[in-house]
Amino acid sequence: MTSSVIHDPVQQPAGSIETKNTTCYMCACRCGIRVTLRDNEVRYIQGNPEHPLNKGVICAKGASGIMKQYSPARLTKPLKRKEGAMRGDSEFEEISWDEAFDIMEERLAHIRATDPKKFTLLTGRDQMQALTGMWSKNYGTPNYSAHGGLCSVNMAAGMIYSIGGSFWEFGGPDLERAKLLVMIGTAEDHHSNPLKMELSKFKRNGGRLISVNPVRSGYSAIADEWIPIKPGTDNALFLAITRELIETGLYDREFLKDYSNSGQLVNCDESSEQHGMFVRMDINDPEEGCFDHQNQMWWDRHSNAPVRTHTEGADPFLMGEFTMPDGTPVKPSFQLLKESVEEYTAEWAEDVTGIPADTIRRLAHEMGIVARDEKIELPIAWTDTWGREHQSVTGNPVAFHAMRGLAAHSNGFQTIRGLSVLMSILGTIDRPGGFRHKAPFPRPIPPCPKTPTGPEGVKPNTPLGGMPLGFPASPEDLFLDKENGPVRLDKGFSWEFPLSAHGLMQNAITNAWRGDPYKIDTMLIFMANMAWNSTMNTTGVRDMLKDKDENGEYKIPFLIVADAFHSETVAFADLVLPDTTYLERHDTISMLDRPISEYDGPVDSVRIPVVPPTGECKPFQDVLIELGSRLKLPAFTNADGSRKFRDYPEFVTNFETEPGSGIGFLAGWRGKGGEKFMKGEPNPKQWEMYEKNNCVYQYHLPVSYQYMRNWNQGYLTWAQEHRLTRYDEPINIHIYSEILQKFRLAAQGKRPGRQPPDHLRARVEEHFNPLPFYSETLEGQLTDTQKYPLNALTQRPMAMYHSWDSQNAWLRQIHAHNYMHVHPSLGKKHGFGDGDWIYVESMHGKVRCLARFSEAVEPGTIWTWNAVGKAKGAWNLSDDANESQRGFLLNHLIAEELPKNECGDHISNSDPVTGQAAWYDVRVRVYKAEDDADHSLPQFESMKVLPGMSLRRKWQGFFAGKFDKKGSK
Amino acid sequence: MTQLALIIDLNVCVGCSACVTSCKEWNTSGPAGFMSDDNPYQKDPTGTFFNRVQTYEVGEFPNTETVHFPKSCLHCEEPPCVPVCPTGASYKRELDGIVLVDYDKCIGCKYCSWACPYGAREIDEHQKVMKKCTLCVDRIYDETLPETERKPACVLSCPTNARLFGDVHDADSEVSELIRDQGGYQLMPEWGTQPSNHYLPRRKNKITIHKDELVRVDNPLNKEQKEHHKPVDGSVLDDNSFI
Repeated sequence: MTSSVIHDPVQQPAGSIETKNTTCYMCACRCGIRVTLRDNEVRYIQGNPEHPLNKGVICAKGASGIMKQYSPARLTKPLKRKEGAMRGDSEFEEISWDEAFDIMEERLAHIRATDPKKFTLLTGRDQMQALTGMWSKNYGTPNYSAHGGLCSVNMAAGMIYSIGGSFWEFGGPDLERAKLLVMIGTAEDHHSNPLKMELSKFKRNGGRLISVNPVRSGYSAIADEWIPIKPGTDNALFLAITRELIETGLYDREFLKDYSNSGQLVNCDESSEQHGMFVRMDINDPEEGCFDHQNQMWWDRHSNAPVRTHTEGADPFLMGEFTMPDGTPVKPSFQLLKESVEEYTAEWAEDVTGIPADTIRRLAHEMGIVARDEKIELPIAWTDTWGREHQSVTGNPVAFHAMRGLAAHSNGFQTIRGLSVLMSILGTIDRPGGFRHKAPFPRPIPPCPKTPTGPEGVKPNTPLGGMPLGFPASPEDLFLDKENGPVRLDKGFSWEFPLSAHGLMQNAITNAWRGDPYKIDTMLIFMANMAWNSTMNTTGVRDMLKDKDENGEYKIPFLIVADAFHSETVAFADLVLPDTTYLERHDTISMLDRPISEYDGPVDSVRIPVVPPTGECKPFQDVLIELGSRLKLPAFTNADGSRKFRDYPEFVTNFETEPGSGIGFLAGWRGKGGEKFMKGEPNPKQWEMYEKNNCVYQYHLPVSYQYMRNWNQGYLTWAQEHRLTRYDEPINIHIYSEILQKFRLAAQGKRPGRQPPDHLRARVEEHFNPLPFYSETLEGQLTDTQKYPLNALTQRPMAMYHSWDSQNAWLRQIHAHNYMHVHPSLGKKHGFGDGDWIYVESMHGKVRCLARFSEAVEPGTIWTWNAVGKAKGAWNLSDDANESQRGFLLNHLIAEELPKNECGDHISNSDPVTGQAAWYDVRVRVYKAEDDADHSLPQFESMKVLPGMSLRRKWQGFFAGKFDKKGSK
Repeated sequence: MTQLALIIDLNVCVGCSACVTSCKEWNTSGPAGFMSDDNPYQKDPTGTFFNRVQTYEVGEFPNTETVHFPKSCLHCEEPPCVPVCPTGASYKRELDGIVLVDYDKCIGCKYCSWACPYGAREIDEHQKVMKKCTLCVDRIYDETLPETERKPACVLSCPTNARLFGDVHDADSEVSELIRDQGGYQLMPEWGTQPSNHYLPRRKNKITIHKDELVRVDNPLNKEQKEHHKPVDGSVLDDNSFI
């Protein structure tokens, strides 16, 4: 039946069209996007084909940005809790920005003039740490934390303290040339789109993908082999593989001897103060700060005598035991590694991980054989830091990628040390087909930033005497008060968590409520849902936020929440600051924070406003500039006391780390005419130049500087000249970590100087093992695992980012509520079926939720999507929305503190090395719920809609442009 | 005769749903829109989508396979949705084989959605017409777009390049080559619909290790032997020679 067509399928609707390029912010990947407007409404968001990061692709979240922009959950007015209203009841009144600023200025100025640490600034997934960190430092409070301690600091610290870099935006697998990729504990995470692109090409080129994960979802679906490991046991796998590689000689000796400390001799005299430290040529050298003095020793194979490390013509023994001329017994680091992995046989690892011993050995053989027999040689000449010229770059094409599945355990730091050692003995660091750094990495081990070391670093009306977050190299770098306790509210950089490089956001509220280590006055929370999914013990924390002391005052006196959306946390604020969306503001993705560098060179980018701010929303960066100016913080104030910067864009253009340093937030188009990069005078047209260039600045390093950068003289000199680093010394891989040994010696009482308090000695001694070792998780050791035999995990789905996206009408049609995925054998055992209501209970609490049977999970583990479950009424969802009635939050049964144990009554549930929140250590049991169960538990009082929020429609038909938005209320 | 179609490579689809929402945002404001949503912020949200991704499990632990499976209208060569349409709204174009709905003729009787064995057709509850994937016909002929962007929105967005677009009747096209080389298959061929969209199956990569290649004679462990040994204790022949 053919007749002429009436409805034209090709004709585009009328309207004035405009396109602008900017940067996405639906997650922390920061893809380049091209936004099409029709009649000034957002009509289409696509990946920008000219952007180096995503090259035109875009994910489900990025493509749903329209629904973020026009979400009814948006906050559009500054709000103040009404006089006499209870915190948490959402009784707010609109105020002006002037009033909001006046309130904040008065309070913060008073705190700054009396005791700056009573102000704490906590930021979530903001990627603005360059500004928020700098602001906090200027203000003078030590209590600044971004999300890292809550998230995956172990991944950063474990690898940075080993190889000078880490995964995601710091570095990653070279999938263009790798032949084998082992992906461990990875869901789908930022740097997500580039990884997807690379994975696809990798598979199509015949690459083999092995996924080590208790769950087979997401990326693991396309893996060639799935290794269903028990959670928290990955280090057993790595150490057993390491043992097998050493036993079969499948390690890369040539790489290790030159590029790691494998051959360096360790003092084995137990009675010595220097036990476990490297013997050095000049024993009077100062302690290692953040560069390598290179005065350690090798035992030369040719002369059979000790020589200085890296002596020309010498070749070190990696194994054996020797005696120095002065009688000191010594062993090379690698010998100590070999001895320490001796007990980690494949059979032992099978019992721990649930993976057959034969499989473990086979994995080791696959890695070793591919690394050894499929070597890559690239015709790239380079010179190393010992002056030797190489005609080519070698690669061993075995790559890895890992994520929070490794990090979010209390044994995560050592696990990631184990992974770093494995990657290093396979000879894959900053080599083709292996792991490659991204600028500003590699950085020294450890990187230079340090916090103050004592309470004198915190003074009224004075910037902080150090960085708010840093990388300790020894006990002298800890941030301790006169009683050997913490100066920071979250107890970071104390003997409880010495290397807490990203802070411990997960303990801030509990500590403030308890007044341990001290009470604070004001907490400013930016883009962090700390009364919901960005917290453990959610029910308890919500009560703490509302709790009053015997005088009727709130225990945490003042809460400021800055957010774009109506999150669960907003209800607890005393002051609400409405932030803009990413389409309405300027932003920087800065080298001083976490840029989007490529393997071959630094890349940074910006956001520019595509549409004007909605309502009275104000970009939080502008709020900080205004506040900083009013408080006359030095960075924002001229010498004559006048205001330095009008707003954030002007700040970005003109700010320098020090007057005349030439280093600012943005690396591109610096210098008077934009002719310089990395370092140069402020360029008034810098923003315009970024805008003209897809909002991105990319620099391609000369090819001879692109590999082996830890030891590449050309690269290191370039990095020094362009002010990325202070030193051009080699960054030798720490197979053996002398830094950890210093802390261990302090715990043993052998090292003069700072030592831990007695109740923490055993804990520090055990966990500051200079070589990776396996231990059961802390919570696991304190749990009755007969009663609570199962592991419970969460992961982030690809179509949602934390709790941000339930208010997105399109994305919530992909995930409206979450199930607890369990193996069918659990249903059989406990008498429930697929889709039944069940209780999931830990020793801390329980939730009621829906069960979903799955064969794609190892039977001892259950899992759910994180942050899909919501509190009733939050995010402007109706009270009967799936998210609150059928969805659930696992956090209710995870505690932020361990049960009482010999280390203390209130020790954080985190990694004892870094303070990483140990999300995945929790142990649970499951059982069938009541027959008449019809909603999830716990439930909460419904959150009210706030002034300035728009109404929910009953239906909508989004159509950008002048024509009426379809839909009814 | 041209037959445009999509190839979906299940070997690299990671189930991210980029195709789902890229399609939605492109089409809701285009000639195929609007695409309505019911209960957008309430219980059981449901709306018009042309492309959906389902995830299946195959087999039993530990041999479970997880398969991410996107599905949209397959633009059949023998589309059962066309002859059943009482008004002639459902039609297949001669020019390029795309199957479309003429909204101005459609009365929303849903007969086509019963005829389609793939569940590719939905009624938009508010526009009251049947809707489905248009292969972004409004993009592929739009000369104001750069040539590289005259493709369906889903194809452009897919981060793993799991969606490919082309003419399956052109033996030299990339899509035809992929179908031949990689065993591209049709869904439910027994229905006789001759779907133009094809799926590429999973391919596993394995490594074979020969036992005798594992430990080499030339082996780094050899270098841990001392080049020279200490003198031995006790009697040796050299000491006891009489010459």
